[in-house]
Amino acid sequence: MRANARGALLLGAVAGLLVAAPVVSPNDPARQFADHANAPPMRPHVLDDGAVRRPFVYPVIVVDRLERRFEEDRARPIDLAFFTDGRVLSSTDGPWLLLGGDPLGRDVFSRLLSGGRLSLGVALVAVVLTLILGGLAGAAAGFNSGPLDRAITAIADFVIVLPLIYVVVTLRAVMPPFLDTPTVFWTMAIVMALASWPVPARGVRAIIATEHQKAYAEAAYAVGGGPLRILLRHLLPAAAGQLATHGILLFPAFIFAEATLSFVGLGFAEPSASWGVMLQDAARASAMVEAPWLLSPAIAIVVTVLGARMLVAARSTEATPFS
Amino acid sequence: MPSALLGFVLRRAFRALALVLAAASAAMVLVHLAPGDAFSTFDMDPVAAAAERARLGLDRPLVEQYVTWLSRLVLLDFGESTRFHRPVGTLLAERVGYTALLGGAALVVAIGLGVPAGVMTGSDPRGWITRALRAASLLLLATPPLVTALVLLVLAAQSGWLPAGGYAGAAATGALNQAADLLRHLPVPALALGLPIAASLERLQAQAMGAALNDPSIAAARARGISRRRAVWVHALRLSAPPVLAVVGIVIGTVLSGSFVVEIVMSWPGLGGLMFDALVARDVYLAAGCATVAALLLALGILAADIGLAFADPRTAHLL
Repeated sequence: MRANARGALLLGAVAGLLVAAPVVSPNDPARQFADHANAPPMRPHVLDDGAVRRPFVYPVIVVDRLERRFEEDRARPIDLAFFTDGRVLSSTDGPWLLLGGDPLGRDVFSRLLSGGRLSLGVALVAVVLTLILGGLAGAAAGFNSGPLDRAITAIADFVIVLPLIYVVVTLRAVMPPFLDTPTVFWTMAIVMALASWPVPARGVRAIIATEHQKAYAEAAYAVGGGPLRILLRHLLPAAAGQLATHGILLFPAFIFAEATLSFVGLGFAEPSASWGVMLQDAARASAMVEAPWLLSPAIAIVVTVLGARMLVAARSTEATPFS
Repeated sequence: MPSALLGFVLRRAFRALALVLAAASAAMVLVHLAPGDAFSTFDMDPVAAAAERARLGLDRPLVEQYVTWLSRLVLLDFGESTRFHRPVGTLLAERVGYTALLGGAALVVAIGLGVPAGVMTGSDPRGWITRALRAASLLLLATPPLVTALVLLVLAAQSGWLPAGGYAGAAATGALNQAADLLRHLPVPALALGLPIAASLERLQAQAMGAALNDPSIAAARARGISRRRAVWVHALRLSAPPVLAVVGIVIGTVLSGSFVVEIVMSWPGLGGLMFDALVARDVYLAAGCATVAALLLALGILAADIGLAFADPRTAHLL
């Protein structure tokens, strides 16, 4: 399979899981299960003493609360039921924690799915905003060679060299510290877009400026096309590929930014789950050794970003077929 | 030629100064625009808060504050921190060295690992070393630097070879002990910051290497009987240098961004942690001071990279 097909497959799988999250997740992501703080993952089984039966799990019982030791109760298997309570697969009796429990006894897998919707959602919205902002600024600069071009280029050059995280953190810190989740979502997306529009803008500006010189643009003027129509209908489509590549490159950067911001406490906050918020649990002392399943948001990020990178790798070889 | 280069350096230096000033002003104005200030907390007596504001000049109009701040900045007076109750200049002086040291060490890691790895993968696209290196760098690029830092911390703590973060500044007694303490604490954060950058440099160097090896001069060198090893590591490496050098300027911005995360995760006493404290505490002067010094580091780095590039390839001096 070629790299772009593999990348598309990975991203598609992630997207599918997240879109279907309310149905796929076996538990309510906010529900706390007593005595399941940092409980280990519960693997579904289909073989019982060599015989195939419907899927089941062994419940985990806390043996020592202080040491957080758990044991599987082999004597009392719990059946898993398909398509009950509006969920694809869920436990018939007691909690089923596929990827273990977090320090508050919540289902890591369900939180991973609902957190992914926030994390990837904010990254996706930020990508769209960045492309709109960068596309418009770049188009305006490339179309008008003059003071407007110089002003936009100067601002873009200034923003481009700033360390992204400092800008984002400063802009976020300017907002009130406690915000509800939708406000955080939009603030973060807008701040990320404000910090990163110059890169696509530069690319679009160069393309529009060269396309504007070409014969077809002149022909469009000759048949009476107005400047706005020529810019939007004739020139901007030439920059579409450029914008798409920038979008795929920005997506991982925004996922990282969300994780970092939420991790340091300037993004999403408990009790809402995002991959950055979940990483806070993994960072607590010795959690990574005693409860490595808390690292699952990190693995989710790696899988998503690898998928996006495979897509870009394929795109960039497509763009330069002769090298 | 030297006069053209000098003009170029001067133009760049002027631009760097403008960058520093703009970044500092932006931080100052932004933190001011935020609702509330350092003294708008529940447990502070309103009269005392007003007195503190008046003492620090925080009750003046924004424009007046800005002009005062700017005129003091010329004298390197950054004002007083409301969070630490100390002059901002002193705080910055304590921290900036650690960030510069961490950034420098990370750059050494990034270039020292990334460039040779890129030469290897670029010159031998099918070997098993190439496959391993490329997989490693793709994995590193897909891992958030935050997670890389956390994993390195755990590795350090588990193996016990190196202290896992928590450098307390010059705590040890004696200059020699202090230096040794610092050197023991440096590798883990430097790796955390440098490895992701090494991975992107590796990808870039591999691409540049592939292009350089197709250059006719390399075929000519091989035809003259120059060994493959020498053709790759001397001739092609020199040819592939400009595109890689060109991004080192951008990498310095990445180093500063990354050091923010690493400093907070590993409690490294640098600018990133200080800036974070300043923003959370609405400490206007401290935030503006941090932004100024961070922009100064950035501008100096870009300037150094540009000058290096101009000397490596004097043709570019006219283009920049």
